Order: sequence, then structure tokens, then C-alpha cells
Amino acid sequence: MRIKQIEEKIFKVIMMGAAMIILGLLLYIIGTVFYRGLPALTLDMITKLPGGGFYLGKEGGVLNAIVGSLYIILGSLAISIVISVPLVMYINFYLPPKSIFSSIIRFSLDILFGIPSIVYGAFGFALMIYLGMRASLLGGIITVAMLIMPLMMRSFDEVTRLLSRDLPDALLSLGATKYEMTKVIIRQMVPGLITAILLAVGRGIGDAATVLFTAGYTDNIPTALNQPAATLPLSIFFQLGSPVEEVQNRAYASAIILTVMILILSFSARYFSSKFSKHKI
Amino acid sequence: MRKIRLAKDRIARYLMLGIAIFTILFLLIIGLSLFFKALPIIREKSLWVLLTSVNWKPFKGDFGFLPFILSTFYVSLIAIIIALPFSILTSIYLNTYASKTICRFFEPVVDLLSGIPPVIYGVWGTLTIVPLIANKIAPKFVEFSTGYTVLAGGVVLAVMIIPLLISIMLEVFRSIPQEITDASLSLGATKWQTVKRVILRKSFPGIIAATVLALSRAFGETMAVLMVCGNITQIPHSVFDACYPLPALIANNYGEMLSMPSYESALMFSAFLLFIIVVIFNGLSRFTLIQIEKRYQF
Repeated sequence: MRIKQIEEKIFKVIMMGAAMIILGLLLYIIGTVFYRGLPALTLDMITKLPGGGFYLGKEGGVLNAIVGSLYIILGSLAISIVISVPLVMYINFYLPPKSIFSSIIRFSLDILFGIPSIVYGAFGFALMIYLGMRASLLGGIITVAMLIMPLMMRSFDEVTRLLSRDLPDALLSLGATKYEMTKVIIRQMVPGLITAILLAVGRGIGDAATVLFTAGYTDNIPTALNQPAATLPLSIFFQLGSPVEEVQNRAYASAIILTVMILILSFSARYFSSKFSKHKI
Repeated sequence: MRKIRLAKDRIARYLMLGIAIFTILFLLIIGLSLFFKALPIIREKSLWVLLTSVNWKPFKGDFGFLPFILSTFYVSLIAIIIALPFSILTSIYLNTYASKTICRFFEPVVDLLSGIPPVIYGVWGTLTIVPLIANKIAPKFVEFSTGYTVLAGGVVLAVMIIPLLISIMLEVFRSIPQEITDASLSLGATKWQTVKRVILRKSFPGIIAATVLALSRAFGETMAVLMVCGNITQIPHSVFDACYPLPALIANNYGEMLSMPSYESALMFSAFLLFIIVVIFNGLSRFTLIQIEKRYQF
């Protein structure tokens, strides 16, 4: 009788310890990045392009990488929204519930989601060679779109599945076609879609392996789709590889910029999904 | 008017069907194109030689992938060994012990951990784990280590897969019917006894599936591992040796090696290898998880 209570106490403490360690790890990671990066984080970092001798420790910033990352993520978002929304509507409202076809689609989305970003990168690059393209903004956009699409579809699908069947049934009984029905339903799904988008942006903006070969790297802001584009993760990676200490410090500062972007994205995704659950019919 | 509406509906339906079919085929397209890109090197060397040879001299035409395959395997194994106990304990805690407030507090913690980009993990690893291994841990076991080691890769990967493990395990635990745990508790079992004898036993297939899924995530992780593993082509003999996992090999060399067709084909072979392993692992574990979910859906 005594032993099982002692065992209970011991394991409870161990479990709380494990949870605390995981919380501690998160704080430790963010703390380390901020601690090392803050001294080098100046306004120049986010408002200036790399100047002459930037990679030797002279002045300049990573505006090229910030803008490049934003261009790539916006472009790939446009592609993936256009493809994801119809697909999710199709499997939820066009196909009968519990159809085998929709389970096959969901299953392939699960697997596509698990494919490593480096494989997408290699595939994207092979595709670009086949099409005769060089490392460019467009190549990066297409490859990142492949990476984020499964994530966006899955998370959008998850909230769409939760929608009660009443609204679609009411619309159909009023004589609407399924296409007209989806147009109404999408309005209901906007907060869920925003959450899915924010999650996808978080994954896409932080990934380096996909854009490593496909987007290239440049010190300028690209002005056309066929020009190479710099990205924030790659900028961190390249600066970190420099032997000059000031450049390394700037890598930590750039890491802060990326981390803050991710934190904002993650919290706003959370905000929108909580908002969604409040106003669900 | 009615005709136009119906026509619109039909066009939308076919467009959507097209997208759906393409999504399923996309997996096949990636696999096949990687395979055909890798075919020249498979024809030249035979699969067996590629997988078991330790000679990696691309400029002499020797492509042995064993060092890279073993590196990937060791790093992922260490990551799982470290991550699994933490994840199981934490998710049991969140599922059975923690109050609602703590659970709600922990959700964003797990989300944030999974949202942090690989590069940031890499930066963190080089700043903390690598010096820790080089200065504190390694000197107790070996004479010298740079810190850029199998162990460093394993630790960083472990932190990266913990959020995935926790979120899947929480789902698995939730799928266990409340009646079973209530029955166990009402018979006088403590919570821990219930966890040990009922919950863990009931969710064993789910835990295995989560582990396999996390393992396949670890196999493909590139940037973070690239930054802390040392990238020296060798078969690591201890956890304090540098290693060179497959994704890092692709990331470091692909793009520059287009002048040598056999080298390019060899790198494509490694991408294909990664693809196949991940698809099989993912397929099996997702299938198991779907079955579990189905069993408890009323």
C-alpha cells in the first residue's frame, strides 16, 4: 500500500521535471540567440543592404535577405492558397463523407508533409534544370510552395472538418449548387485559413534547405522573377561560416530577426485559431 | 440562368478533381524523377556497392554511401534515445496529471519549439552544445574532440523532434477511452499504476508509430545537423567523432557538381534513398495512427 503511493510521488516528480526541462529548453534556445545577438542588432541590420566589405565586418545590413524571404514566402503563399483551398473544399464538401478517395488524398498529404525539405530542394533544382531555369526568385517560390502546401492543406482541412454539417445542408436545401455553397462556406472558414497560412509561413520562411539551390543568393533586392534572391536562413548560415567575429555576431543578430518573425507568426496563428473556435456556429 | 450555374458547378468540380488527382500523383512524380536521375549511377555501380562501400572519392568515381548512411542512422538513433523518455513523460504528465491551466500554458510551448527554424537550432547548437561537448563532456572520455560530433547532432535533433513526439503522443493518449482509465482508478490503482498498466499498454502501437514518424523526421533534417556534425566523410567510431549525414552531403555538394554527371547522379541517389526511407516510415506510422484514431471514433 505504501509502496504504490511512494512510486506515484516519485514518478510525478520525474514527469514534472521532464516538462520543466522542455519548457527550459525553449527559453534556453531563445535566450541564447538573444543574448548573443542583441549587442550586434542595430537599426542598420534591418534597413540597409550589405555594403562593400560587409562580409569582412564592415557596415551594412541584411535587408536583402529580409525582403528576399518575404518575396519568396508571399509568392509561394499565393500559389499554395490557390491550390489548397479548392482541394480542401473538394475533399470536405464535394466528396461524400468517409469516401475512400478523400482518405487516400489525406494520406498522401500526410506523407508529402513528412518529406524532408532537402528532398524538395533537390527535386526543385532538378526540375529547374529540366526547364532550363537558373537559381532565381521564381525557383525559390515554386520549391517553397511545394514545401508549405501539404502543411497548409492539412491544417486547413483539420478546421474545415470541424465545421458542422448544418450550414452546408441548409445551403443545399435552398437550392444552391455545391460551388455556390463553397463560396459561402469559405467565408466561415477565413479564421481557420489564416491560421493555416500563418503556420505555413512560419515553416516556409525558416527553411533553408529548400532555397539553398533554388533561390541562390545575392546582395541586392531582386527586381524580377528570374533574378536570384537572398533569404534570411541562408544569410544566417553564410554569415556564421565567416571567420570574422563581427560577421558571426551579425549572424546572431539576424537569428534574432528570424526568431522574432517566427514568434509573431506563431502567436498570431494561436490568436486566430482561438478566435475561430469562439465564433464557430 | 440555371444552366450557367450548373455549368459553373461542373467546371469547379472537374478543376478540383484535377487538383486532387495531381496531389496524389505528386508523390509519384517526385519519387520517379529522383529515381530516373539516380538511375545512371545505379546502372554504373550496382545498388549493393553503392549501399555498402565505404570508399567516397567522387573525383575517382568511387561512390560508397555507407559512411553517410551510418552517420544518418547514428545521429537519428541518439536523437530518439534522448527525446523519447522526455516526450513520453511530458505527454503523460500533460494527459493525466496536469491541470487545464498548465495544459493550456504548455500548448504554445510545444508549438513554438516546433516552429523554431532549423537554422536557429543550428545556431543554438554551435553556441551551446558544441562547446559543452568539446570542453566538458568529451575530455572525460576521449583525448580530443572538436565538439562537432555525432553526439552534438543527436542532441540538437532530439530537441527538434520532441515537439512532434509530444503532439502525436497526446493525440494517441486522448484516443484511449475514458472508461478504461476510470475503471482502473476505481479499482484502487494509483494514477501512475493506471498509466503503467493501462494507458501505456493500450497506446503502445501509437507510441511506436510516433517514434517511427519522429525517426523519419530526424533522417531528413538538414540545416541544423549540417551545422553541428562536423561533416567529415568517415564511419564514426564513437559519439565523439565527426560524421556526415546524407542530407548534409546533398546540401553541401549539390548545385556545384553539375559538371560531373556521375557525381550529380550519386547525389540524386542519396536524395532518392532519403525519399524512399521517409515515405515508407511515414506511410507505416501514419497508417497505424489512422487505424488507432478510427478504432476509438464513435
